[in-house]
Amino acid sequence: MDKVKVLERTAAEVRGRILEVSHRNRIPHLASSMSCVDLLVVLYGEQMKYRSDEPLWDQRDRFILSKGHAASALYTVLSKYVFFPDEALDTHGKPGSRLEEHPSRNCVPGVEVATGTLGHGLPVANGMALAAKIKNESYHTYVILGDGECNEGTIWEGAMFAAGHKLGNLTVFVDFNKWQATDRSCDVLHLECLCEKFKAFGWNVCRVNGNSIRSILEGLQTKFDNDKPTAFIADTTKGAGISFAEDDNNWHYRIPSEEEVAQGTKELGL
Amino acid sequence: MRNAFAAELLEQAGLHENLVFLSGDIGNRMFDSYKEKFGERFFNCGIAEANMTGVAAGLALSGMRPVTYTITPFNTARCYEQIKIDVCYNNVPVIIVGVGGGLSYASLGATHQSLDEIAFMKNLPNMNVFCPGDAMEVRACLREALRLNEPVYIRLGKKNEPVYNEEIPLLTAGKMHRHKKGEKICLVSTGNILPVAYDCLDLLAEQNLSTELVSCFSVKPLDEGYLEEAFEKFDLVISIEEHGVGGLSSAILDVVHDKGLDVKKYLKVHTGDQFYSYSGGQQNARVQAGLEANQIIKRVLDRLS
Repeated sequence: MDKVKVLERTAAEVRGRILEVSHRNRIPHLASSMSCVDLLVVLYGEQMKYRSDEPLWDQRDRFILSKGHAASALYTVLSKYVFFPDEALDTHGKPGSRLEEHPSRNCVPGVEVATGTLGHGLPVANGMALAAKIKNESYHTYVILGDGECNEGTIWEGAMFAAGHKLGNLTVFVDFNKWQATDRSCDVLHLECLCEKFKAFGWNVCRVNGNSIRSILEGLQTKFDNDKPTAFIADTTKGAGISFAEDDNNWHYRIPSEEEVAQGTKELGL
Repeated sequence: MRNAFAAELLEQAGLHENLVFLSGDIGNRMFDSYKEKFGERFFNCGIAEANMTGVAAGLALSGMRPVTYTITPFNTARCYEQIKIDVCYNNVPVIIVGVGGGLSYASLGATHQSLDEIAFMKNLPNMNVFCPGDAMEVRACLREALRLNEPVYIRLGKKNEPVYNEEIPLLTAGKMHRHKKGEKICLVSTGNILPVAYDCLDLLAEQNLSTELVSCFSVKPLDEGYLEEAFEKFDLVISIEEHGVGGLSSAILDVVHDKGLDVKKYLKVHTGDQFYSYSGGQQNARVQAGLEANQIIKRVLDRLS
């Protein structure tokens, strides 16, 4: 099987597991998780250098899921890439489980920053990227932001800092699923022209289809200006991969029924 | 105090090769020597304190020892959630330095005063809160902060405050720093109000009241053992701070409650629950707040009679 097919299959399996755990453990934010699965699978399956058996290996690329409410996607992908056993996912959200609905630092191997409050991930990633420059280390720092999260002023403080300090070793993906908690992200505030916004802030910008493994991989092949941070504006669909949840914002909070899990699993070809 | 901080920072940067200094676009010329020597570890983060704090957390998560620096309310209240989540919840060794604590910048108005941040900084899990009393204690606090591998907040005054320590003391988190031994009354001073505490000492001496003076530079962790003994030994324990409700006094009252100490022996002196506008300067603001030595002594004598 070629690389794209392998990653697509992995993404489908990840989606199936998220759906199942969401149903069984009553974990919300299903649609927010689904929209960034492909980005996570490309990062962990292809792009980033890391050692899952040595999660704090000092040369690892750093990753922050700034939209921490998509924790289910992160936990499931980390487990898929053997940072910890799959069974741990069954505890997600249960009393005593380290897999809370928003990740905390070192809650499981592979998660090194607490997120959940929006707008925090980019500034912290700036610090990680800056440390690499100071120490002359070659690791790269990646962040996934939500589009609704871009309401937060700290995203734009962080965007100015990254460009001002020439953090070419920093890459951001905006999971642009066009929804936030209660409405279309372009209707809540003026979020249009995200590409132009990041460009105006001094970033390399590339628009990709964030639910297409092939498109993400192609985007990552682009030659960019090394002195600038890079933003991928990734067009995604909230709930991607599960037909009844796609682009339906009720699935920001809804929990799937047993029948819906069966239908979704079938659609995913699992 | 700020000049002492700049001098100590320069010294410590030579000793700690992972020390990184982040400025919120202030300290014009003050850090020139640092920049000259350690320019690759100086970053002006602009007027964006929330990002600066997140950057500091990211640096600390990557093995660096960041120190953030700007005017007190901007480096605490403005970026409180970043301090809470990125620094304290992640539990990483970021040193947050606020210049112009309390009423140091009284004449700039309530926007630049800081009479609340001891309260909300000490309420953060994992956070240490240091309020040095003079320039020597500032230097000692930075040393102690770097020795600890934890989040630390350091509250500075402004400049040209009187210096009482003859040399840089060895300060340890959670231990009072005694300036003078006494028998009847105990003055617990925190931060830049120390000169007023010294004035009180003189006035109490005139009344033949033997008074002990400690600089409670470490509001968190607080020296509970010292307080337990003090409430046993002295007739009156007085706390003095250039800060409103919820600061040192609240920390002491927690100990009084938890250890069952005699609350009747306690007198708290702080700036109360208000903003200070039209105050004209630190000295006038202190009078407005009842923080001048004569005003304090009147309350002490009333209490003793």
